[in-house]
Amino acid sequence: MIDWSIITDSLPQYASGLWLTAQLTVLSLVAGLILAIPLAVMRISPRRAVSGPVWVFTYFFRGTPMLVQLLLIYYGLGQFEWIQAQWQAGNAFWLIFREPYGCALVTFTLNTCAYTTEILAGALRTTPHGEIEAAQACGMSRLTMLRRILIPGALRRALPAYSNEAIFMLHGTAIASTVTLMDLTGAARNAYSQHFAPFEAFIFAGLLYLTLTFALVGLFRLAERRYLAHLLPRKAIKGHTA
Amino acid sequence: MTQLTVEDLHKRYGDHEVLKGVSLSAEAGDVISIIGSSGSGKSTFLRCINFLEQPDAGRIHVAGEEIRLVRGGDGHLKVADAKQLQRLRTRLAMVFQHFNLWAHMTVIENVMEAPVHVLGLSKTEARERAEAYLDKVGIAQFRDAYPAHMSGGQQQRVAIARALAMEPAVLLFDEPTSALDPELVGEVLKVMRALADEGRTMVVVTHEMGFAREVSSQVMFLHQGLAEEVGAPAEVFDHPRSERLRQFLSGSLK
Repeated sequence: MIDWSIITDSLPQYASGLWLTAQLTVLSLVAGLILAIPLAVMRISPRRAVSGPVWVFTYFFRGTPMLVQLLLIYYGLGQFEWIQAQWQAGNAFWLIFREPYGCALVTFTLNTCAYTTEILAGALRTTPHGEIEAAQACGMSRLTMLRRILIPGALRRALPAYSNEAIFMLHGTAIASTVTLMDLTGAARNAYSQHFAPFEAFIFAGLLYLTLTFALVGLFRLAERRYLAHLLPRKAIKGHTA
Repeated sequence: MTQLTVEDLHKRYGDHEVLKGVSLSAEAGDVISIIGSSGSGKSTFLRCINFLEQPDAGRIHVAGEEIRLVRGGDGHLKVADAKQLQRLRTRLAMVFQHFNLWAHMTVIENVMEAPVHVLGLSKTEARERAEAYLDKVGIAQFRDAYPAHMSGGQQQRVAIARALAMEPAVLLFDEPTSALDPELVGEVLKVMRALADEGRTMVVVTHEMGFAREVSSQVMFLHQGLAEEVGAPAEVFDHPRSERLRQFLSGSLK
């Protein structure tokens, strides 16, 4: 029989775990997306010197498991004396990497940034050539064209693929619990070890992840309706039957 | 006043010389139709005028200003000053065969875009301008629609309004009706006819012989990269001098 008291007892932990999971997901997605926009523009550059470094970055982060990346940053960096010295000196930037929260956030951001860069670069490459010619023909500078035509078009076309990436990230944040963070999975592990009731502890965490996933899917559906309106079947235009 | 002169334009793709020295001069109010069979170089010629293609030799003046060119290390002509080209391109608006509207923008956003972000007009000014030109091409009721939700003829009329909103010295039309269903050609030609009647300077690459004959002030017949015949439409259509033009006309007027 399912013992619901295990869940009600641990409810505060689940609530704070849910909050941490949501935080890690949203912050890493937002930071990753912001970083990915300039990187995607560099990635499609015909100049090797510009696109090459981005290629190396995305292939490293897409080619290795996020768990390995997290362990590398969380345990690995402390091995270097130079970084320890920075910690001693109180260097605010490097202190981020002494905290599990900072390590998890940086890892997740870089990881989603790598995937998002490739998604956006793909969308940038599929810009219809005619749209570029029309922009050139009316005297747009390269920067204006990027800002007004290429990036807005690419962000829209990337939306369906990006919504999958966002869901993967939400689920990916579960590994934060391996570096002592009390996210949703961490809270579930805690409840399990306190009560030795794995089914109750994890099914409840699963339900909460499911809820978050549906919320995310709903948000993306709203975004698609707004930003991909030009691809949806047309609505009748008022007063016209054309 | 001379709005556009092109002198001795050459263009080659590898070993194939597409343009072998073509010249053109358009005074204010001129409507110059460029006709010729496909592969004659007429679209390439038009696209070289605003540097969507790089010509290999030649000189281009827009509204009295020469586009400054330098010969690059590889022997190809290059624009000397990208800023100058951008500025002169605003004087040469282009209408494309496939409309090339920006898909993620509504009709009015398409028309306002370059006036705001290239010419630096305020949004209010650009909106007034856009509405006036959309009205002129008869498409004002679609101002908030997206291009994909409109017919080809409607999209092309939006593209014409977008070109007009730049208030350019010369309008370049690159086979504006070739991608349209036959029953939609008329609405676009009607708009172009009205623009010609207003005295706008236009260079039109077209297969529409009726339009070329009735609307143009000058017709240029391109054949294998050369202007085989140039003249008033009555001259070119009714008294073709070259055998090639006679053949071309008998083929297209069937």
